Amino acid sequence: MDAYIACHDCDLIHRIDPLPTKGAAVCIRCGAVLYKHKPNSLDRTLAFAMAGLILFILANSFPFLGLKIGAQFRETNLITGIYELYVQGMQVIAILVLLTTVLVPFTQLMCLFYILLPLKFGRLPKRLPGVLRFLHSLQPWSMMEVFMVGILVSVVKLGKMGKIIPGISLYSFLALIFVLTAMTVSLDAHLIWQKWGEQR
Amino acid sequence: MTHALRTARNVGLTSCHSCHLLCQSAKQPAHMRCPRCGARLHDRKPDSIARTWALVLAAIIFYIPANVLPITIVISLGKAQSDTIMSGVIYFIHSGMWPIALVIFLASVFVPLLKLLILIFLLISVQRKSSWRQQDRTRLYRITEIIGRWSMVDIFVVTILVALVHLGGLATIHAGPGAIFFGAVVVTTIFAAMSFDPRLIWDTEEIIHE
Repeated sequence: MDAYIACHDCDLIHRIDPLPTKGAAVCIRCGAVLYKHKPNSLDRTLAFAMAGLILFILANSFPFLGLKIGAQFRETNLITGIYELYVQGMQVIAILVLLTTVLVPFTQLMCLFYILLPLKFGRLPKRLPGVLRFLHSLQPWSMMEVFMVGILVSVVKLGKMGKIIPGISLYSFLALIFVLTAMTVSLDAHLIWQKWGEQR
Repeated sequence: MTHALRTARNVGLTSCHSCHLLCQSAKQPAHMRCPRCGARLHDRKPDSIARTWALVLAAIIFYIPANVLPITIVISLGKAQSDTIMSGVIYFIHSGMWPIALVIFLASVFVPLLKLLILIFLLISVQRKSSWRQQDRTRLYRITEIIGRWSMVDIFVVTILVALVHLGGLATIHAGPGAIFFGAVVVTTIFAAMSFDPRLIWDTEEIIHE
């Protein structure tokens, strides 16, 4: 049944037809996107993942925001914020923030390298289905773009208390959000499943 | 148009939720695995309605302390001031920063409430086997999937404030107990949206056509 696909939102069966460049197939009943043509998907996703890893390391190594009140100055990166919450007894929240902004994005990057690097050289990684499924299940928990809005709101909130000094890694954060989004969008899971089905 | 309404279930097939391969439905659905990727197959998400109801009710219970208890506690020159989500919004409206008040209100109050109301509406309409505006109801479901994550904004703001405003006796911000319940609301509503199966909205139509 390789030639057909059922809509994931309403279960209607469609025949899989070749798409024009950058085209998308849409369910005729409920309008869900069934599959998309993603040009050069593997190379693009790998490139974005590499850029993402560099930006991720930068974003987490330097402070992204500083606050100056009178003579006192304090800077923060993600880890110090999470640590502060943990020390205050908010372990649950600290773990939630750690997962959604550090561990999940990082694991996503690692999973993509694990899948895409062997595929790039024409080999199939071991346990591909499990890793791909895991990667897919992580998606709802990666919240970098939400964190960026959090930074903006904090800047406005703190504006009255003192002087806000943008840190070095603020810019890598900004870039990281675009790179991670582009990475997610350019990954063509259907293509990888097809390769797995053919070569096994 | 009859052939256009062929669904996987009607022709004895199951779509793999992981790799989207169409597989033959077996007699014993509990032991089915996808021949291509090995994921466990199920025709519809298991116990979708019961699980979604349970998570929605849990989220409603968490929603109350999340809004009543303080989310931040500011200790400034020996005086402690607790802020709930709404008191933060009201403070920003009074100080004329209504765009930021709107962002916080939308992300922290309106989005979780809207998401819960949509899920309850979908659950009830599915249980009543309604065939009313299925396309729009599917669209509502997609909205709940997308907007839920944005409620995390407040949790992230608290993280940043706690890290930056740490100036000893002058001013210190602590996270309040409301933050834990608020995080619980976000997480349970995300799980609730995941456990709802939008194909249930369309299942009634096939019964009518048969």
